[in-house]
Amino acid sequence: MQPVLDVKKLTMDFGGLRALEGIDLQVNRGEIVALIGPNGAGKTTFFNCITGIYEPSGGDMIINPPDKPAKRINKLKPNTVTESGLARTFQNIRLFQKMTVLENVMVARHCRTRSGILGAIFRGTKTCAEEQEMVDFSYRMLEKVGLEGYVNDLAQELPYGAQRRLEIARAMATEPFLLLLDEPAAGMNPRETRELDALITRIRDEENLSILLIEHDMKLVMSISQRIYVLDYGKMIARGTPAEVAADPNVVKAYLGETFDA
Amino acid sequence: MEYFLELFFGGLTRGSIYALIALGYTMVYGIIELINFAHGEIYMIGAFTALIAASALAMLGMDGWSLLALSGVIAIIYSAAYGFTIEKIAYKPLRKAQRLSPLISAIGMSIFLQNYVLLAQTSDFLSFPALIDEFSFMENVTIIGSAELVIIITTAVATAILTLFIKFTRMGRAMRAVAQDKTMAMLLGVNVNRVISATFIIGSALAAVGGVLISSQIGQINFYIGFIAGIKAFTAAVLGGIGSIPGAVLGGLVLGWTESFATGYISSDYEDVFAFGLLVFILIFRPAGILGKASSEKV
Repeated sequence: MQPVLDVKKLTMDFGGLRALEGIDLQVNRGEIVALIGPNGAGKTTFFNCITGIYEPSGGDMIINPPDKPAKRINKLKPNTVTESGLARTFQNIRLFQKMTVLENVMVARHCRTRSGILGAIFRGTKTCAEEQEMVDFSYRMLEKVGLEGYVNDLAQELPYGAQRRLEIARAMATEPFLLLLDEPAAGMNPRETRELDALITRIRDEENLSILLIEHDMKLVMSISQRIYVLDYGKMIARGTPAEVAADPNVVKAYLGETFDA
Repeated sequence: MEYFLELFFGGLTRGSIYALIALGYTMVYGIIELINFAHGEIYMIGAFTALIAASALAMLGMDGWSLLALSGVIAIIYSAAYGFTIEKIAYKPLRKAQRLSPLISAIGMSIFLQNYVLLAQTSDFLSFPALIDEFSFMENVTIIGSAELVIIITTAVATAILTLFIKFTRMGRAMRAVAQDKTMAMLLGVNVNRVISATFIIGSALAAVGGVLISSQIGQINFYIGFIAGIKAFTAAVLGGIGSIPGAVLGGLVLGWTESFATGYISSDYEDVFAFGLLVFILIFRPAGILGKASSEKV
């Protein structure tokens, strides 16, 4: 079976700086894959390339949506990438702070709905039905992450952990087949991290998703991912199952530095 | 007391027009942080279109409210098309440029449109037909005319519709999202270009409504009216807090009243002195405008 995301020889240059060099990465259907590496290794740059924020300098990125033909996403704009079925969250929370929790999720339904200015003015039955569908769908997503009690609160008033979950609900509302999570556990305490672990696995199973995540919390990474890729200075230095990666001398070196043998 | 009320309603009328134009400034600023200096010209083009449409339709034998409505709709559509096109030509290519570039482009567009109308039409004042009929129930009312009443009510209705649109519709939500975080909105599948176009279309339509109504009340137009109205409406938007929709309306009304009372009680020569004096005064004590929030620099 084709991988849902197939990245081949991806290279990204910023002027003279090579941030990513010849990256190969695959995510198979239903898999949870982790991308780890020290700070500044190029993990977020990699996400930015896949989601269309940066246009890569070289290489290929191909997606295989479950019910559509394969597609090359190299030159697509972010909103088109999202429409094709990729969704992501950010390392630093980027909610629409001045909108309600429900509205935040409803914005994500934008690309799956159609009504425009004229529909809004004349308020036809179709527009109303669509609006209702948006509300229902968004509410269902909020239930999944346990935020149904906060629908009418402003996003900025939510506690930190809840804001993280809202980001996930919002990404889910675009109906992705591949979810990209950028440090979902950042800033969470151990109990919240355990809950997140369960949440990620549950949405993967319930929504038939594949997940690619960047994470620093090694406990979370080791417990939920089937495969791990390790990035350092823009190069892929290791890949494999959690056990293989943990035993890889290159990985140990990247994280802890050279060992001194007297 | 009657004199006071007369000035009060006069200021309210004037302020309503400022508000209608200021809404366009404030919406565009809210979304792409650009002062669209060509916005006043859209208002002027709305007035000219209505004049041409009304003259043509009157020749076909139309009159009364249907004439106002139809020429108004034509002016709205035409102005909206201009607003849409201006954004595509003058601002979109410069979206990633430094902030000064689109501003200069806006001033250029403003001068271009003024001169285009000057050459295509005339530099003289043209008389504009009174499209708003006198109401029979207003015969004995002296403090406010029918045209003024129509202007005030239209502005109130337009503002209410706009507020509901932004609060409760799919496009309105997308606009608020784009205003807060463009990149994130894009990553959630919102077509940002389309949202920006919609903002220009709506702002231009409101300016056209203002242009048609005030020209019909004043009775004459020329190619330069957009510049003055634009500057005043921009002042109103800044006064109320640029980027804020209730702010634009409030700023428009405050400016209208200031001008009206200054003219009525002191001297009409000092109209602009008081208007801009007020602006300076408010900006000293509330730099973000009456309803504006002091913004912290985005990280």
